[in-house]
Amino acid sequence: MRQTEEVGWVSYLFNSSSQQQDMLRTVGTQSVDDLFAQVPQHLMLDRPLDLPPPLSEMELEDTVRTLAAQNVGASARCCLMGGGVYDHFVPAVVDEIASRGEFYTAYTPYQAEASQGSLQAFFEFQTLICRLTGMDVANASLYEGATAVSEAVFMAMRATKRHDRVVVCGSLHPEYLSVLRTYLAHLECAIEVIPVVDGVVDTSRLADAVDHKTACVVTQHPNVFGCFESVTEMSDAAHAHGALFVVLCDPISLGVLTRPGDYGADIAVAEGQSLGIPMQYGGPFLGILATRHEHLRKMPGRLIGQTQDRDGKPCFTLNLQAREQHIRREKATSNICTNQGLLALRATVYLAAVGRQGLREIAELCCRKTHYAAQRLCAVDGLRMMFDRPFFREFVLACDDVAGCQERARAAGFDIGPLLKQFDWPGIGSAVESGVLVAVTEKRTREQIDGLADALRC
Amino acid sequence: MELVDLRYTKTHEWIHLAGDVATIGISEFAVRQLTDLVYIELPAIGRELSAGEAFGEVESVKAVSDLYAPVSGEVSEVNAALAEDPSALSDDAYEGGWLLRLRTSETDLSRLMDQAAYAAHCAAEDH
Repeated sequence: MRQTEEVGWVSYLFNSSSQQQDMLRTVGTQSVDDLFAQVPQHLMLDRPLDLPPPLSEMELEDTVRTLAAQNVGASARCCLMGGGVYDHFVPAVVDEIASRGEFYTAYTPYQAEASQGSLQAFFEFQTLICRLTGMDVANASLYEGATAVSEAVFMAMRATKRHDRVVVCGSLHPEYLSVLRTYLAHLECAIEVIPVVDGVVDTSRLADAVDHKTACVVTQHPNVFGCFESVTEMSDAAHAHGALFVVLCDPISLGVLTRPGDYGADIAVAEGQSLGIPMQYGGPFLGILATRHEHLRKMPGRLIGQTQDRDGKPCFTLNLQAREQHIRREKATSNICTNQGLLALRATVYLAAVGRQGLREIAELCCRKTHYAAQRLCAVDGLRMMFDRPFFREFVLACDDVAGCQERARAAGFDIGPLLKQFDWPGIGSAVESGVLVAVTEKRTREQIDGLADALRC
Repeated sequence: MELVDLRYTKTHEWIHLAGDVATIGISEFAVRQLTDLVYIELPAIGRELSAGEAFGEVESVKAVSDLYAPVSGEVSEVNAALAEDPSALSDDAYEGGWLLRLRTSETDLSRLMDQAAYAAHCAAEDH
């Protein structure tokens, strides 16, 4: 920005005008304007920027506080919303460690081996993810769940050398499917979406759709409606034709459910928001990807390895970098050259803090409370379960005036949703019009659940 | 197998043809450029390759390079021992360093470089 004396802005640039003169002299110009000489004159702005007058720090704080007050955070209300982002408890130790300056302000390391602390944290993250998913190797994280699914599909194409066709369950989160479509938009690849019947995918139709040209089958389990898919059958159907089985799993559910690695998944991906990351109005979140040893070299993202330095002391390094885009270029495993460092750290602290037993307890609480809520809500006239299927932490509530239902809850301080009709669904039919997702985490109390039922009763 | 009898591709594969069996590897120049080798991926026996098709890859700490078939043919043998321990390539890129054998019907390798032409090609690349 050109400085003009008349304007009197508080400058955020600390160079004095004599320091500026020194710099200009060194590069051989007279004024800052000379540096813009190559820009055609008619494109140069010849007046000050049309901005409102500056605010004092006090006024600025007041303005921002007023704006922020238009939002209401989850702690001020009772959140029972599902659909991929959940109001789980974040232990204080997560913020305590993640807010340390060394972690909080660090950008992704370029000379990674000089950041041993970060690498150790990510190595521990990878280790915990492997234990959680039952897979052999995990990367240092991706951006979030939807792109993790897309990266897994590309990975399956690389591993099988099949680029023509992928089979996707219709019970995959529609926004995740939408992101996958974006990723495949300019490739000659068909996406076959298997329709949902009564809350889950028709497994025999899925088996029929898989052929020798299919790179992978993509399944979300539990699915977007909270229902359990027949993952073992799907795994067999994929493998019968040499396709890979990609599973989008829920990290909290792995406290009680069978791990993807134990039921035949070749690539396990997840959205890690439930692991010590608040909802934050939609992000940033955490992408998780783990796989079997044979596919190690096809993995996208950064991979931390443990090794020894020249004195024989244990240390950490970035591994398989030759496959990343800055070296392998258009043949790289992905264009990603970073990870979600701060959020992967939060997930690591969370998992280490709650431990195996703690995660089980959290999962059991979610499961029991969700089933209690389903029972109480279905006892209310006009409300019913949309699908008669086993579920874990969320379910679809059906009612005739679903928007009115959501509004009555909201007025009483309870937030349920999203409404199914907010999304495009392949083939679930008119059920869309009357469904709303309800999710119950370990944070919800009996009083709150009973309160929601009462609010919906009127 | 004499070095002088080998033919070379611009992408640094060498090929030795005896009857309908083509033995293929990568040159010592390529191995030196790659530095420490950590991994080699070779094709499955029976796979049909076209001339110029990428059949595998060799990975070092520095780079991952695709391997290209100098001629068309069917994979009849792969050097599994080398796949287990790619570092052996740095000792011997030719005799023990063969990567795979193809059964080929091609007989004319004149489009590929002879040893002298290949040496000139490397000198031009190696600046």
